[in-house]
Amino acid sequence: MVDVPLGSTAGVAAPDVEDVELYHPHSWVTKYVFSQDAKVIAIQYSFVALSVGLIALVLSWLMRLQLGFPGVFSFIDANAYYQFITMHGMMMVVYVLTALFLGGFGNYLIPLMIGARDMVFPYVNMLSFWIYLLAVLILVASFFVPGGPTGAGWTLYPPQAITTGTPGGQDWGIILMLVSLMVFIIGFTMGGLNYVVTVLQARARGMTLMRMPLTVWGIFTASFMALLAFPALFVGAVMMLFDRVLGTSFFMPAMVEMGQPLDRNGGSPLLFQHLFWFFGHPEVYIVALPAFGIVSDLISTHARRNIFGYRMMVWALLAIGALSFIVWAHHMYVSGMNPYFGFFFATTTLIIAIPTAIKVYNWILTLWRGNIHLNVPMLFALAFIVTFVNGGLTGLFLGNVVVDVPLSDTMFVVAHFHMVMGVAPILVIFGAIYHWYPKVTGRMLNDGLGKLHFWVTFLGAYAIFFPMHYLGLMGIPRRYHDIADMAFVPPSAHTLNAFITIVALIVGAAQLAFVFNLFWSLRHGKEAGGNPWRATTLEWQTPETPPPHGNWGKHLPVVHRWAYDYSVPGADQDFLAQNQPGPTRAAPEAGHG
Amino acid sequence: MAVAFILVLVALGSVLFHLVSPWWWTPIASNWRYIDNTIIITFWITGAVFVAVILFMAYCVYRFRHQPGRQAHYEPENKRLEWWLTIVTGVGVAAMLAPGLFVWQQFITVPDDATDIEIFGQQWQWSFRLPGPDGQLATSDTRLIGPDNPLGLNRDDPKSQDDVVIEGGELHLPVNKPVKALLRSPDVLHNFYVPEFRAKMDLVPGQISYIWFTPIRTGTFEILCAELCGVGHPQMRGKVIVQEESEYQAWLQDQATTNFARLTPGTKNGAVLPD
Repeated sequence: MVDVPLGSTAGVAAPDVEDVELYHPHSWVTKYVFSQDAKVIAIQYSFVALSVGLIALVLSWLMRLQLGFPGVFSFIDANAYYQFITMHGMMMVVYVLTALFLGGFGNYLIPLMIGARDMVFPYVNMLSFWIYLLAVLILVASFFVPGGPTGAGWTLYPPQAITTGTPGGQDWGIILMLVSLMVFIIGFTMGGLNYVVTVLQARARGMTLMRMPLTVWGIFTASFMALLAFPALFVGAVMMLFDRVLGTSFFMPAMVEMGQPLDRNGGSPLLFQHLFWFFGHPEVYIVALPAFGIVSDLISTHARRNIFGYRMMVWALLAIGALSFIVWAHHMYVSGMNPYFGFFFATTTLIIAIPTAIKVYNWILTLWRGNIHLNVPMLFALAFIVTFVNGGLTGLFLGNVVVDVPLSDTMFVVAHFHMVMGVAPILVIFGAIYHWYPKVTGRMLNDGLGKLHFWVTFLGAYAIFFPMHYLGLMGIPRRYHDIADMAFVPPSAHTLNAFITIVALIVGAAQLAFVFNLFWSLRHGKEAGGNPWRATTLEWQTPETPPPHGNWGKHLPVVHRWAYDYSVPGADQDFLAQNQPGPTRAAPEAGHG
Repeated sequence: MAVAFILVLVALGSVLFHLVSPWWWTPIASNWRYIDNTIIITFWITGAVFVAVILFMAYCVYRFRHQPGRQAHYEPENKRLEWWLTIVTGVGVAAMLAPGLFVWQQFITVPDDATDIEIFGQQWQWSFRLPGPDGQLATSDTRLIGPDNPLGLNRDDPKSQDDVVIEGGELHLPVNKPVKALLRSPDVLHNFYVPEFRAKMDLVPGQISYIWFTPIRTGTFEILCAELCGVGHPQMRGKVIVQEESEYQAWLQDQATTNFARLTPGTKNGAVLPD
């Protein structure tokens, strides 16, 4: 427990690293295009990721049109349908969510929130973005090559991913997909190393680890995990590329292709699944942990209350991160792997529910006895809790090995993962954009448009995915281009599908209000000032808004308290900024971090 | 106010939807009622947690909404409360996991009296192989597949002589007899899925996987492929017809005579492995 006396830096570690001289841009190009400023890179990452998100949104419309009104749109044949779902899935998981949370929010918030001038490797950071952009371009290029993009499903399971029965399997589609993923991982590694090293090395004086905002904890843990998880996907992609291009047999057993024997032998399709999910399950948390962190800060700030159980929140984040590496085969209960694995993976999977539940309890206990301002970011945070709890609980069905058997590969799974790692993190992204836009631009986003966007998105997304679980419970498989002629499916299920499609179109259209708001408010938004939400964390304490290159002017901030001194009894206002000296209530300090 | 009200509506609406929705599982036709029961337990526990969390949140939003003069309570942590919640959660998780693992043990333990059958999935149709009077299936190899040997049976294996092969047709099974289905694919991943049986398992080229079940009522059920296997995936359907023992035997006799001729040793792609 540390109490910092007024007006002094006692109790704050002496600077052990000299303030660094930053690279200074010399031209418009090095300032705004090939920029080494993490904040510019963050905006570049976010802009590209949101653009990819809009493409993925349109793809989801197209697939929903087919499911809701089968046969009406003749251009959506089976080939096109599988290409749409594959590209939608891969884009959303990797190129939108991962890139936006780590490349976007990570770049913007890490240096500002820990009181650094920039990332520790600004040049590598710049390369990271441009390599990411290259990966996106390669991916999007697959729409324009002969045979079109791959239609192997986002899981890219071999052998079908590289055989003739699958769109793009023997054309360019799968090659471009694999190459794009490899390029993405190279770019991400550059960024990820930056995020981790910056958090460990560049924190301001007094910013102990256990004083960091949970946003930083979430992004930091997720980056660390991504550095460990992505290599598994990388080697899987290399091996599959060899199988496809060089004729190796990593994943190809002795088999026939459309009745003709292939000259392959001895490979294991299950090997790819293990590599894929060794990446794929941590990936879920790579998306979720930054969302957990950000939503903690949104709730705390807008409820004017300290986050409840900060230390437990940090340990829960780390526990989830560690456990997520030993649960991967719960995606493979019905894959034909040794069934005895089921006992182990069901147990680890259900154990992970405990730290996750702790996080949920602490969010709602932060609301309890708070002073809740229902600003737009707070609305999104509340909606996140609803959808995340819903999707997390259905995870208890799918994680519990035998319950997974009837539900696996059905629409129940689709509903579950969209709720928990689609809708929930995206609601956080929206909340975060409404929250930090004023810092990025100096202006507020329009409140009325924000509320409209919020209600349509939240209630619409819930109306899309909640009923969808029941289609899966009935037994409708996922990845069916057409569910006609299934004896057990009543006509009412087709009506429900049409309903879901119509809501999806409306929710998609509501995103236009958001995009419009982003551009309109740049010029016409209310002036925000430096700290419109009266928040404690360092990014709101910069001398200028938007913060210039180098963030802090002459002197780096010195941190005197944890990130959650809201409504401290006896204080003259309801928040105490982290860099504000003065009497503190003893904030929880686990040693000194 | 409005926000709290809508949160309550979402929670109660979800429960109401669950109770009145016409979309529910198909009437079960196998012995896996235990799986259904575990799902019901899970629905109760998770449903209670969902409603409790959302209603508590709605209460907070209503009770602690910003009003002039309100100040939030400053309380960084409450160890007692946090530990209690952790323990209660652990108990709830165990209450779902224990029956789940118990039933999984049954799911993977094949009873001794189960009959071996083979389910063979290829792009994009189902074929089946039943043991003849000897009750045993012959060995097979993907590399033996040819025009006159669609399932790649090893014709040197004497057990192959009486195997009944049904290509692209309907699977007949006797009611109340446990079946161990050996699953085999010559090309890509498939998944044998009959919604009424609750069971499903992937077919993986290069290996043989299995599931077992006992059909408990007669009728015709649809076989679906539940693992993406290319553009023909949704069309990969089959039928399983569960019959009384006597009807089944009559059908089997009929098959044995018509299909036997096709299984006499081939002349071209017979006995010798290509490599």
